[in-house]
Amino acid sequence: MTKRIDFLPLYAVLFLIFLYGPVLLLPLFSFNDATYAVFPLKGFTFKAYQQMAQDPSLLNSLKNSLMVATGVALVSTTFGLLAAMGVTRYKMPGRGPVMGGIMLPLVVPSIILSVALLVIVRQVFDIPLTLWTVGAGHVLLCVPFSMMVLMARLEGFDKSLEEASGDLGENGWMTFWRVTFPLALPGVVSSLLMSFTISLDEYVMAFFLSGLDQTLPIFLYSQLRFPQRLPMTLALGSTILVVSTIIVIFSEILRRRGVQTTKPSGL
Amino acid sequence: MSDAANSSYVAAGERAIAVKGGLLAKYPWLRGYLLMSPTLLVMLAMLVAPLVALVVRSFWTQNVFQIDTTFTLRNYAQIFELSDKITYWMSIPFPFANPVYLILLVKSILMSLAVTAFVMLLSYPMAYFMAFRVRRHKFLWLILITVPIWTSYLLRVFAWKIMLGFNGVINSGLIKIGLIDKPLDFLLYSPTAVMLTLAHAWVAFAILPIYVSLEKIDRSLLEAATDLGDKPWERFWHITLPLSAPGAIATALMVFIPTVGDYVTPTLVGGSGGSMIGNNIQILFGRQNDAPLGSAVSVVMMALITGIVCLFLWAVGYRKIRAREAI
Repeated sequence: MTKRIDFLPLYAVLFLIFLYGPVLLLPLFSFNDATYAVFPLKGFTFKAYQQMAQDPSLLNSLKNSLMVATGVALVSTTFGLLAAMGVTRYKMPGRGPVMGGIMLPLVVPSIILSVALLVIVRQVFDIPLTLWTVGAGHVLLCVPFSMMVLMARLEGFDKSLEEASGDLGENGWMTFWRVTFPLALPGVVSSLLMSFTISLDEYVMAFFLSGLDQTLPIFLYSQLRFPQRLPMTLALGSTILVVSTIIVIFSEILRRRGVQTTKPSGL
Repeated sequence: MSDAANSSYVAAGERAIAVKGGLLAKYPWLRGYLLMSPTLLVMLAMLVAPLVALVVRSFWTQNVFQIDTTFTLRNYAQIFELSDKITYWMSIPFPFANPVYLILLVKSILMSLAVTAFVMLLSYPMAYFMAFRVRRHKFLWLILITVPIWTSYLLRVFAWKIMLGFNGVINSGLIKIGLIDKPLDFLLYSPTAVMLTLAHAWVAFAILPIYVSLEKIDRSLLEAATDLGDKPWERFWHITLPLSAPGAIATALMVFIPTVGDYVTPTLVGGSGGSMIGNNIQILFGRQNDAPLGSAVSVVMMALITGIVCLFLWAVGYRKIRAREAI
């Protein structure tokens, strides 16, 4: 039998280089002691990071983003959990179209969602654009993700646990807090983290729906126009990259482990 | 008498409770909708209502500062108005008076199609590798693929701007090596730069759903094919590819639809030559302050995308493929 060369592992490695290479340039150049992002690298410096920590408008937009992202995470996880409980417990007629509708924000180009929201917010209801409107837009984007994560989690565990709680005399509310919620917890945390990152990173909706208060991506985008501010922008980008990577890894570990332990053998 | 009346009153009350309990007992799925109702209301208010408002707005017109709410097709007429003067784009004739909208639409759709094809070609082998070859550390691979999906899209575009720029990494690197002595100016601000950046942004996203559909394939089918004499390539062609087709098709659509309307990438790396319909919509809502025309362009774009998606699903016989999967 002839041994054939297997190109797939090689391809996989090249693929990862393509995937990560360009993005890793951001942290690389953020420590480079030069105004331009060009090779060869000059000296190593933390200057850009110091500059970043002292920029008042950056810190302000960071504060705004953190507020919005926290609110969005809580709200979208609540809506996602309620909807996921409804869908996983009951065989509902019309479930398909309803689910399709909720998942719509995943595929509709976000510029369409943004301008549609802008029309209704500004021209129909004449609500001023604030961080609240940005948050509302982000909830729309995050609910489908929250719902998917929580559905996977809720589908995984044995419904008889809830029934047992009911039979033992707990009412619906207590059953939720003492059985459903603890079992769904890994999914809940994962959904919180995921919506938090989506909101923290989202630019298009924030651009259309924000007023005078900037969020972090809007600030970052506005900095891209100034070549002399490139080092600081690189430092900011790298920081965002590292923070969201940590959140994502944590959320993924929770989500995947959550789904695995619920297999019958795991109980 | 009053006792009897009272008891019948009580009975009626009990009946009412029974009916109320009965409705939920008779149709338990109503409880499901009850649980979903807050989410559905929010979606209705923030998704359906705005989209309806957008469509309605597209039939109104903008007079400098005010919006004229008489129903009119003027915005659509402006997009589709025919003219004797034919404008050519990529040697495609556009016999329209204001051809810019339709040219940008066609251009965006063609660019998205190219991006989608490129993304599928890159991600399918990777998903295949993860589903069939990776035995140990599968979780690590999954994390490696998942992280880029969630880390900022804006930052990835920014990274490509640095890569492709006039003073960028590729140019400075190539000069350093001595391959070129002047920076290549066609790298940044071109449709190619836009397509490359978009493909990079979506490629990780595409792997997971394809991977899931490959994972689901019953391995005994593959063994059976081998036992019946299929060579690896034939086996892939007869079993793996058809069985993963529904997932792959869904993925292709999930990449194609949002990229048509993308506007961050063309703005940052596209320059004037690489602009897409999203930029046009943004300008109409922003600088030009013509929300009705912008709404009309958005509606035409959504209609075109829906049309293309339906045509594509019909062409590949999606229903049949799905039915086969169900067996």
